Amino acid sequence: MEVLSYLIPISLILGAIGLLAFVYTVRSNQYDDPEGDARRILSNDWDDRPKP
Amino acid sequence: MTAQLRPSLAACPACVAAPLEPARPVPEDVQIALSLPGIHCSACISTVERTLAAYPGVEDARVNLTLKRALIKAAPDLRAADLIPVLERAGYEAHELDPGALSATQTDRAGRDLLMRLAVAGFASMNVMLLSVSVWSGASDATRDMFHWISAAIAMPAIAFSAQPFFVSAWSALKVKRLNMDVPIVLAIVLALVTSLWETSLSGEDAYFDAALTLTFFLLAGRYLDYRTRAVARSAAEELAALEVPRAIRLEDGRETEIPVAQLAVGDLILVRPGGRMPVDGEIVEGRSELDRSLLTGETLPVFAEPGRAVSAGEVNLTGPLVIRASAVGQETSLHRMADLVAIAESGRSRYTSLADSAAKLYAPGVHILSVLSFLGWLVYSGDVRTALNIAAAVLIITCPCALGLAVPAVTTAASGRLFKKGMLIKHATALERLAEVDTVVFDKTGTLTAGTPELTNLGEILRDDLSVALALAQASSHPLSVSLTRAARSAGAEPAAVEDVREIPGYGTEGVWQGMRVRLGRAAWVGAAHGGQTSAWLAVGDRAPVGFLFTDALRPGAEETVAALKASGKQVMLMSGDTTGAVEALANRLGIANWMAEALPQDKVARVQALAGQGKRILMVGDGLNDTAALVAAHVSISPASALDAARVASDIVLLGTDLSPIARACDTAKKATRRIRENFQIATVYNVIAVPLAVAGLCSPLIAALAMSTSSITVSLNALRLR
Repeated sequence: MEVLSYLIPISLILGAIGLLAFVYTVRSNQYDDPEGDARRILSNDWDDRPKP
Repeated sequence: MTAQLRPSLAACPACVAAPLEPARPVPEDVQIALSLPGIHCSACISTVERTLAAYPGVEDARVNLTLKRALIKAAPDLRAADLIPVLERAGYEAHELDPGALSATQTDRAGRDLLMRLAVAGFASMNVMLLSVSVWSGASDATRDMFHWISAAIAMPAIAFSAQPFFVSAWSALKVKRLNMDVPIVLAIVLALVTSLWETSLSGEDAYFDAALTLTFFLLAGRYLDYRTRAVARSAAEELAALEVPRAIRLEDGRETEIPVAQLAVGDLILVRPGGRMPVDGEIVEGRSELDRSLLTGETLPVFAEPGRAVSAGEVNLTGPLVIRASAVGQETSLHRMADLVAIAESGRSRYTSLADSAAKLYAPGVHILSVLSFLGWLVYSGDVRTALNIAAAVLIITCPCALGLAVPAVTTAASGRLFKKGMLIKHATALERLAEVDTVVFDKTGTLTAGTPELTNLGEILRDDLSVALALAQASSHPLSVSLTRAARSAGAEPAAVEDVREIPGYGTEGVWQGMRVRLGRAAWVGAAHGGQTSAWLAVGDRAPVGFLFTDALRPGAEETVAALKASGKQVMLMSGDTTGAVEALANRLGIANWMAEALPQDKVARVQALAGQGKRILMVGDGLNDTAALVAAHVSISPASALDAARVASDIVLLGTDLSPIARACDTAKKATRRIRENFQIATVYNVIAVPLAVAGLCSPLIAALAMSTSSITVSLNALRLR
C-alpha cells in the first residue's frame, strides 16, 4: 500500500494542473468568441509571424 | 448615411423611462463597435479585418464571429459613418452600435465567477468521489481514515469557495426571517461537513464529503445554466439598444456639429432631418414638416408642424428639415411623466411567486422538521448523539433539493433556447411561467398589430389619369404616404404623367404643372378638401373637385393568424389604442376582435389593465409605444416587438425579434409545456425523496445510496427538461 503515498499526490497534482489550466483560459478571455477562434485557425493570415 | 437616417434618439427615452438601466461608461480601448449580421466564415473575418485595418486612422480591428461584431480601435476623429460604406463596398452589411451600451457584455464578471466556482467544485467532487469509491469498495482501518482525511482536506476549502453563492443567498433570506431554497441547501452542506469531520476524527465508517461536494456541483450547474440563459437574453437586448446611437445635430453659428444627445442643453438649436427622431422637447423655430407621433400616442395621422409648435422627444420628423430650440433635455423631457406612470404601475404589480419559490416554501420547513424529528427520535431511541447526528445529516442530504435546484433552470434554458430560435427573447426569469397562465391578451394597434406603414385602400375608385398624375407627384417625395402611393400605382401598372416643375412643399405636399393646370397632392386643407377621419392624401387637378386617396395601416405579418390562434385556444383578445375610433373599429372588425377601446390615453390603458387584473384575469400585454409602457409593466406578462421604443422594450418581459407576430401564439403553447415539465420535474424529485427518505430515517442510508439517489434524480430531471419541443 506504500504506492498510495505516491499515487494520491500525483493524481491530485495532475487534477490541479487541469484546474489551473482551465482557470487560465477563463481569465484570458478564451471563451469570448469560440466560433471565431475555431475559424481563425483555418485562415492563412499571420501564419509566418504573430499579429503585431 | 444609414447612421443619420436612423432614429437618432431612441436610447434616450429609455434612460428616462427606465431608471433601472445602468449608466453607460464607454470602454477605453474600443471607440467604435459595428454589428455585422452577414459574416459567417473565416474568409469573412480576414476580409473585414483587412479592409478595416487598411482604412486610414484605424489602429486595430477585431472581429467577434460568435457575436457578429467588429470592435475597432481608431483615431478619435474617425466615425462609424466613415467605415460603414467601406464595409458595404466589401460586401458586408454593417450597423453602428453604441459601445457604451455593450460594456456589460464585455465584462461578464458574474458569469466568469460562477464558472470558476463550478470548475473548482467539479474538480474537487471528482477527486473526492474517486477516494469514496475506494472506501465503498472495501478500504478499511488506517487506509479508510487516510482517504477520509484527504477528502476532508479537499472538500473544506473547495466548499468554502464554491458554495459561497448559496451561503450569501441563504444568509440574506434568514436576515429578513424568510426561508428560501438555499437555506436547506446550506444546512445540508454544513451539517454533512461537520458530522463527516467528527466521524473521521473518531475513525468512523461513514463520511459524506463526496455528497456535499456533488451537491454543490449539481446546484452550481443549475445556477450557471440559469445565468447563461439570462446573459444571452440580456446581451441580445443590449444589442437592440446599442443599435440606436443617441446623437443629435446641433447648430452653432450656422455650422452643423454632431454631438451625443447627453451633451445637449436647454436653448440649443437642433437640426432634425426628415426621418429623424426628436432628441429633446422643444419648439420649432424654422421649417415646415409633418410629425409622426404614433410611438407616443398611437395616432396614425401625421400632424402638421410649423414654427411655434411644441414637439416632444420621440416624435419622428417626416418631410422637411426642422430646426428646434430645446426647451427640456434629458430627465426634464415630457418622457419623464411617462416614467412616473411606469413607477406607479410597477408598485401596483402583484408580486409573482415563482414555481421554485412556492416549492421551496412547502419544502424547506418540511425538510427541517423531518431531520430534527429523526435526530430527536434516534437520540431518545439509542441515546447516542453521534448516531442521531449522523442520521439527521443523512436525511438532510437525501432530501436536499438537488434535483429541485436543477428542475427549473434546466427547463427554462431549453425553452428559452427554442423560443430564441423562433425569434423571441425571454428577458425575465419567470416570464415563461407567467406566460403559461395567461387567459386574456391585450394588443396595442399602431406598430404592434399594424406595421406602421400605410396601404392604399381605394385604388379601384380612382380614374386612370388621376392615378398617373398622382404617381408623378408622389414619386418626388419620401413621405410615407407618397411612398406607399407610388408602390400601389406602379403595381397597378400606371405610368407617371408628364408633370413639370414638381416641387415638394414640406408639411403640405407636392405640387407641379400638368397640361397647363396646377396640380397638387397633399393635405386636405391645402388642396381645398374636407378632411375625413381616415388617413388620406388628396389630389387637386386645376379647379376640379379634389380626389381622395384613402390609406389604412398595413397589418403586421402573422397578425391575423395570431389573433385567430389565440382565440382558438380559448383566450380573450382585446384591442386598446390611442388612435381614432374609426381606425380602431375598422381594424377590430377586420381581425374579429369584439372587445376594443379607442382614443385611450396611457393612464386609461393602465387603469383598464389593472381593472382586468382586479377581476382575476391574467393579462398578456403586447405593445410597442411609449403610451403602452405603463400598461406593459402593469400586465401579468408583456411582449414588445423589436421595433418598439427602447423604453417599451425595457419594460416588457419578452421581445419579439422579427417583424412576424405569429411566434406569440406558439410561445404560449411552449410556455405551457415548459411549466408542465417543471411540475413533472418536481414530481420526479419528490418520488426519489419518497423512496430514499424512509431509508435515511431508518438509518439504513449509506453514503453510497445518498450519492446514487442524488445523481440519478439530477440526471433524470435534466433529461426530462431536454424532452421539451
